[in-house]
Amino acid sequence: MSVPIVVTDATFQNDVTDSEIPVVVDIWATWCGPCKQIAPLLDQLAVEYDGRVKIVKLDADQNPATVTAIGVTSIPTLVFYNQGARVDMLIGAHAKPAIAEKMEALLA
Amino acid sequence: MSIQEVELIIIGSGPAGYTAAVYAARAGLAPVVLAGSVTAGGALMTTTEVENFPGFVDGVQGPELMESMRAQAERFGARILLDDAVSVDLAGPVKTVRTGSGDTYLARAVILTMGSAYRKIGLADEERLTGHGVSWCATCDGFFFRDQEIVVVGGGDSAMEEALFLTRFASKVTVVHRRDTFRASQIMAQRVLEHPKIDVAWNSEVAGILGTDKVEAVTLRDTVSGVERELSVTGVFVAIGHDPRSELVAGSVDTDADGYVRVAHPSTRTTLDGVFAAGDLVDHTYRQAITAAGTGCAASQDAQHYLAALTDTAPAFDAQEVLA
Repeated sequence: MSVPIVVTDATFQNDVTDSEIPVVVDIWATWCGPCKQIAPLLDQLAVEYDGRVKIVKLDADQNPATVTAIGVTSIPTLVFYNQGARVDMLIGAHAKPAIAEKMEALLA
Repeated sequence: MSIQEVELIIIGSGPAGYTAAVYAARAGLAPVVLAGSVTAGGALMTTTEVENFPGFVDGVQGPELMESMRAQAERFGARILLDDAVSVDLAGPVKTVRTGSGDTYLARAVILTMGSAYRKIGLADEERLTGHGVSWCATCDGFFFRDQEIVVVGGGDSAMEEALFLTRFASKVTVVHRRDTFRASQIMAQRVLEHPKIDVAWNSEVAGILGTDKVEAVTLRDTVSGVERELSVTGVFVAIGHDPRSELVAGSVDTDADGYVRVAHPSTRTTLDGVFAAGDLVDHTYRQAITAAGTGCAASQDAQHYLAALTDTAPAFDAQEVLA
């Protein structure tokens, strides 16, 4: 999967918590400028980590159940999952090395 | 990793950077713009409607305005890169700029337009609860506070804009301001004062943000009497101002006590030859999209004159010498 795939409340378990490889969930919305600013970085990282870490996108506007469950009140927020467990979060728009560092930690 | 020689490099991409790029590109300088890997477009990317940019009778959305400026600069040959300047060496005739992706640019002239960053209140709990009720971006996060009570901290136009925007979601917005009058423009202040969902806590500052996993309340301190009180809220939007993003060049060009880059007004020359600065990075006073664009234009013309004078006198580019 070399581009970020779209997940929803309905597919979250299958695509994220049941995933065999670590997952980064990008929580974003159409009205969020900084979300758009980091989108190209996530596209690049999806290619660079293809097969090792999966990057998925969750539209906060369309998927309130997951957003409420995680307790997100700021976007963009990246939520890092490993073996079905939420292990880390990165709140706000961060540069690529900061995101990559957390992805490396998932693989360590 | 690559090393490239360019005439002009512009660091930053708000109205100042993009306007400088439009002018420099039209002048045939093919400027490189380091627009920022996550900050491209600058502060206007998180605003909503801009009502006072001349030429837009019915207003324009901040992100749309910036997208148009970027496209206009690219149309004339500016190279706009989603990359960050991470270190610079600006003394001497050839300026070195290294980027987050590991590229190095050798430029004859540099325009600094890094803008400003949100100022923090400075409480430990503010850091801890960021993303859990504390926010710096009303347009991003207002949605998460539907039917909740929140505070907006600040008394300037940004605070007014955020408070008004947040009334779309919140059941009640309390504007917390240290003084007994707003700094904001009259039209914005009036809208806030007349809004049925907005209260103002005058002469008040946020002394504490409370909550274990998420914001549950704030402690407000009366700036006159010192008396503290608690206000139950789930959201804290901070809009107390901005500080210039001059860390990159601190120690190489002169800055003032507040960190603004000093320029030789009315020009945009800094204390180093061939280095110009514009926009909120130099501006204590006006801090508007149109003033930033105006000084960006000036910086571009100053850079053009500087480069024109160089070609008359300077020796050819010698990258080997610079890197040796």
